[in-house]
Amino acid sequence: MREVDRRSKIDRRKFLSTAAAAPAVIVAATAGLSVDGAWADNAQALKPETMKTLAVIARDIYPHDHLADQYYIAAVTPWDTKAASDPKVKALIEQGVALLNELALARYKSPYAAVAWEEQRVTLLHEIEQSEFFGKVRGDLLVSLYNNHEVWPKFGYEGSSAEHGGYVNRGFNDIDWLS
Amino acid sequence: MAKFDLNDEGLVVIVGSGAGGGTLGNELAQKGVKVVILEAGARNEIQDFVNDEWNSFTQLAWKDMRTTSGSWQVARDFPNLPAWIVKSVGGSTVHWAGASLRFEEHEFKTKTAYGDIPGANLLDWPITLAEMEPWYTKAEFKMGTTRTNGIPGLPGNNNFKVMEAGARKLGYKEVHTGRMSINSKPRDGRGSCQQIGFCFQGCKSGAKWSTLYTEIPKGEATGNLEVRPNSMAIRIEHDAAGKVNGVVYIDGEGKIQKQKARVVAVAGNSLESPRLLLNSHSSMFPDGLANSSGQVGRNYMRHMTGSVYAIFEKPVHMYRGTTMAGIIMDEARHDPKRGFAGGYEMETLSLGLPFIVAFLNPGAWGRSFTTAIDGYANMAGMWLVGEDLPQETNRVTLDPVVKDANGMPVASVHYDDHANDVAMRIHAYQKGATVYEAVGAIRTFPTPPYPSTHNLGTNRMSEKPRDGVVNKYGQTHDIKNLFVSDGSQFTTSAACNPTLTIVTLAIRQADHIAGAMQKGEI
Repeated sequence: MREVDRRSKIDRRKFLSTAAAAPAVIVAATAGLSVDGAWADNAQALKPETMKTLAVIARDIYPHDHLADQYYIAAVTPWDTKAASDPKVKALIEQGVALLNELALARYKSPYAAVAWEEQRVTLLHEIEQSEFFGKVRGDLLVSLYNNHEVWPKFGYEGSSAEHGGYVNRGFNDIDWLS
Repeated sequence: MAKFDLNDEGLVVIVGSGAGGGTLGNELAQKGVKVVILEAGARNEIQDFVNDEWNSFTQLAWKDMRTTSGSWQVARDFPNLPAWIVKSVGGSTVHWAGASLRFEEHEFKTKTAYGDIPGANLLDWPITLAEMEPWYTKAEFKMGTTRTNGIPGLPGNNNFKVMEAGARKLGYKEVHTGRMSINSKPRDGRGSCQQIGFCFQGCKSGAKWSTLYTEIPKGEATGNLEVRPNSMAIRIEHDAAGKVNGVVYIDGEGKIQKQKARVVAVAGNSLESPRLLLNSHSSMFPDGLANSSGQVGRNYMRHMTGSVYAIFEKPVHMYRGTTMAGIIMDEARHDPKRGFAGGYEMETLSLGLPFIVAFLNPGAWGRSFTTAIDGYANMAGMWLVGEDLPQETNRVTLDPVVKDANGMPVASVHYDDHANDVAMRIHAYQKGATVYEAVGAIRTFPTPPYPSTHNLGTNRMSEKPRDGVVNKYGQTHDIKNLFVSDGSQFTTSAACNPTLTIVTLAIRQADHIAGAMQKGEI
């Protein structure tokens, strides 16, 4: 059967238009910089440490080991733009991250992003699961992470098909392993 | 194309352009009756549709505020989106999957067949399958339903083949690619299915029947039908004798207009239709129009639904091809030995990546969830759809606080699952998982109901005026020139997808309205 090529083939122009917010940050992200890199320094409204922590939170909420950091970075950067135009969003995010860091320091003697094990960080996330901060971050990520067209092939999803003539000649019935 | 005057008093004015309204409009226009359809949404044509779940949702879905309450999980997961229906010309026939099944005989008389079930407000329909059969035949011919009229079935896609293989291993007998109003070969000026997927996002090839590009242009070509998009009906008015005489609506420029009418037919889907009748209250009808029974808005049904998704060792690519061309019908029978009345269908269903993450297990996060999504390419999926029981307390009311942009109270939707619905869902989840396990599923997921696509029953048909809102022709018991033409007429919900029955009732109703107009009865 026809399988989907999951390798990265980032068309930079298309990637920019997909994640239109904060182009400077996206350029950094597409350059392959990691969560520890300088990309967060370009944030306009949120603290660089907050941005980095958000990227860790994003991966902890929706962990996919086959997705590079750049996709999580692209998913969290829209909050900086929203925070820049809405002080309430800014307060919600900064206070949410601050609380998470407090909990992390109390329990693991280190800020959230530096807590060593995912299981430990997830324990902290469970403590704030009912908060407005967590609800907003999780709900937004569902779209900002998974609606990025660049991640679709990595899950074997091919996206729009009509312009390719549908699947009538492209494997709609090509399953070959059923006995 | 026709353009009628606001003061023309000879028109049939239809609210809504979907399966009920769009069909009724064309049928009347073909008979020479002058019709105006008021459609709340814009006119998005085939070339405007997008193969992109979120962008399409933004383009087509009814997103206006609604509120919810009750024990159903939709109220928790999607508190302001109780229904996933369409606000666009063509209504939910733009978004529907195409499954076109007739009711079983007993499903028109459930009070007789099921007996008294505590908490259920069961009632026999005032019509029988025998009376409906010739009209079903007309509807199937109109819609080009596969496996009727000599039209071959659609080819099975990968998602169907997985379900079919599992079903055969379990000994299920009635398993095929469905009776679908999607062309399996060119017909009626439309081409055949290109296996695009994205049936829910508007069919880009036009192979799927939708009033948008069948009934509506055919009606317009007669010169007797005018469709006014971006026209949100807010109130139906009546004269001193209690006959309706026009519909007040907000036009595309935000201006209030009144279209005079000889007859009004309401077809705004089962949330908006009762809302419009309730919002049309007057000193003569303080509880809303056609509501002397108190039944307007009550007996809201949304089908017992759920989905089962399963992950296999090898790829399926369930999203390729026709979304719902696959069915197991063996569980649709009424067999109380299973612990519930009525039955359910198992139908193939797939979602793209953006929607599977939103709907597989709403609110879930962490590795249990993301490892499921990692298996997306190897996933198969089915939808479970079965009869839910009417309950008087499941109802659409006017929200006492929340108003829309026009200042009109929004629909508030209350739904509690009946014990029968819960028992059926548990049974269906178990059977669905077993189908996939029979062909090697590694994990299965009992996915909770999506926002309701089958909204039914809020202006139900009844023989006696005290039991419901409309008679066997969809004519309101209280006001003889006011009709209901959508799924809100349904007395009970049956196991199958409702569109074929809505279209059938609309064809039959058009015959009745045209005849009554000719005789001067309305």
